Amino acid sequence: MTQAQLAPTNDPLLAVRDVSVVFGGIVALNGVSFDMQQGQILGLIGPNGAGKTTLFNCLSRLYQPSAGDILMEGCSILTRPPHRIAEIGIGRTFQNVALFPNLSVLDNVRVGTHARTSSDIISDSLRLAWIRRSEKSVNTKVHEILAYLNLEEVAHKAVSGLPFGTQKRVELARALAADPKILLLDEPAGGLNHEEVYVLGDLIRRIRDDRHVTVLLVEHHMGLVMSIADHVVALNFGRKLAEGTPAQVQADPDVIKAYLGSKDQ
Amino acid sequence: MSAVEEIASQAPAVEAVPKRAMTLSSGTTFVVVLLLLVVPLFVKNFIIFQMTMLLIYGLAVLALNILTGGSGQFSLGQSAFYAVGAYTSAILMEQYNINYALTLPVAGVICFGFGFLFGQPALRLSGVYLALATFALATAMPQILKLGFFEQWTGGVQGLVVTKPDAPFGLPMSQDMWLYYFTLAITIAIYIFSVNLLRSRSGRAFMAIRDNEIAASAMGIDVATYKTLAFGVSAGITGVAGGLGAIAVQFVAPDSYTIVLAISLFLGMVVGGVGWLPGSFVGAAFIIFVPNIAEGISKGLSGAVFGVLLFLVIFLVPHGSRQVAMVAQQLLGKLRKN
Repeated sequence: MTQAQLAPTNDPLLAVRDVSVVFGGIVALNGVSFDMQQGQILGLIGPNGAGKTTLFNCLSRLYQPSAGDILMEGCSILTRPPHRIAEIGIGRTFQNVALFPNLSVLDNVRVGTHARTSSDIISDSLRLAWIRRSEKSVNTKVHEILAYLNLEEVAHKAVSGLPFGTQKRVELARALAADPKILLLDEPAGGLNHEEVYVLGDLIRRIRDDRHVTVLLVEHHMGLVMSIADHVVALNFGRKLAEGTPAQVQADPDVIKAYLGSKDQ
Repeated sequence: MSAVEEIASQAPAVEAVPKRAMTLSSGTTFVVVLLLLVVPLFVKNFIIFQMTMLLIYGLAVLALNILTGGSGQFSLGQSAFYAVGAYTSAILMEQYNINYALTLPVAGVICFGFGFLFGQPALRLSGVYLALATFALATAMPQILKLGFFEQWTGGVQGLVVTKPDAPFGLPMSQDMWLYYFTLAITIAIYIFSVNLLRSRSGRAFMAIRDNEIAASAMGIDVATYKTLAFGVSAGITGVAGGLGAIAVQFVAPDSYTIVLAISLFLGMVVGGVGWLPGSFVGAAFIIFVPNIAEGISKGLSGAVFGVLLFLVIFLVPHGSRQVAMVAQQLLGKLRKN
């Protein structure tokens, strides 16, 4: 923590170094490297099967890379089990929304604070004074986040009955409750209509600015990525195809080829 | 969609209750507790004994409810934990002359450890497979208790006779009545602890695991630890219930704790409403009284009558007593408006 604060700002917050993933004989990722700077919105794009989700799952520790390393503030995250990723400041959302359907919005977001609080079953059963204090501060924080994302009205409703767009906001709220330094968003625009996508884009930018969160956006929706990302990494067949500003990547001949076929056709 | 995402979006194993709907309102609670306190003063000793057993089975069903309704894990092995608790109390009281009240925490702690350890291999199993593994535990337990090696403590096939405690401080009440109030105090304490637990950070972790393990893990919840803790807590409470049961029945024998008991407890949970803690006691009433009612209707066909009654309950109120309570609440609300 202190090391990161003292380090010059151009040190990456997250560094992906030569990451390869092999499933059986299939190479899903082949030596991918890139850096994420503090405060950036980094868009990770690529056609279907390019390896975006594989890389995403390496970052959230669901897959173990066969080679390479992933460094968060200079420390490897690959020795950590999946449930100890939240505590170092990596939060995520899921492709098709993975909320706790039977819990209320409030409780879903409260679960998000799990990595930032502590308790044990005996103190919890007896509701000791320090547990009550901790729950009180959890509630304050959760209500602040719900207000920030305009979710107060549905706070006590079970999430399973909410519209899809609202569920996505609940998932964002749950991820924010863990005070992440990096937010990994897996296809947040999926299932949203045209207008909702741009509202979401504004929201992601607002979250980055207000809450000083760095965002990794894995996304199919080219319009969203190109409008909000500061930096874009394009993958194809498990390799990094191009990297740079949205304009640079859009103009890259290899990227155009991967998406549209070669120019001659 | 990758395999992982598919798991992440799968429906939860248990259809469960939102957390707010887990307990009774304070008014209802007051009435229920008042009834539990006053009724024994006006009824015969046998009824008091049955009410004691209702509280004891209610605790055992509550324990299963924390495991299944809370953390989403099935168990058909609760009779094994109940047996360990019963034998712990009986052995401590009869072989080592320890006060009955002191044997209960010991039974709870031993069963917590047993459940926690059993939860470790159970981590690799879920749904019906977990139910089968716990079924094996329930089947094995009576035979383990009969083993010659343990006979000097357990009394082997004969079992152990337990002395019923007298009311302390020269209180003018029968043994049955004293034991009832003693059980009631413990039941209320455990019920309060359980409600606190399920409403806390740990309880949220249990329910998050029940609803979606991968998302729970991404939120920093150590799924393995909380799953085994749920097993431990459930077994611990079942152990206390078992110890109380041994004292109330005044007898422990291996064949009192067969798979039939485990299935009864499971039945009690379903009839009471999975995940609804007050329902545990309704479920316990069902498994204690309904067989008697069935026998009253037809001596020869009591099993069949019980089966029919069970069918009726499952068809008419699939969510158990929770459903009945919710309908009643809505009706009351309407009445108040009119």
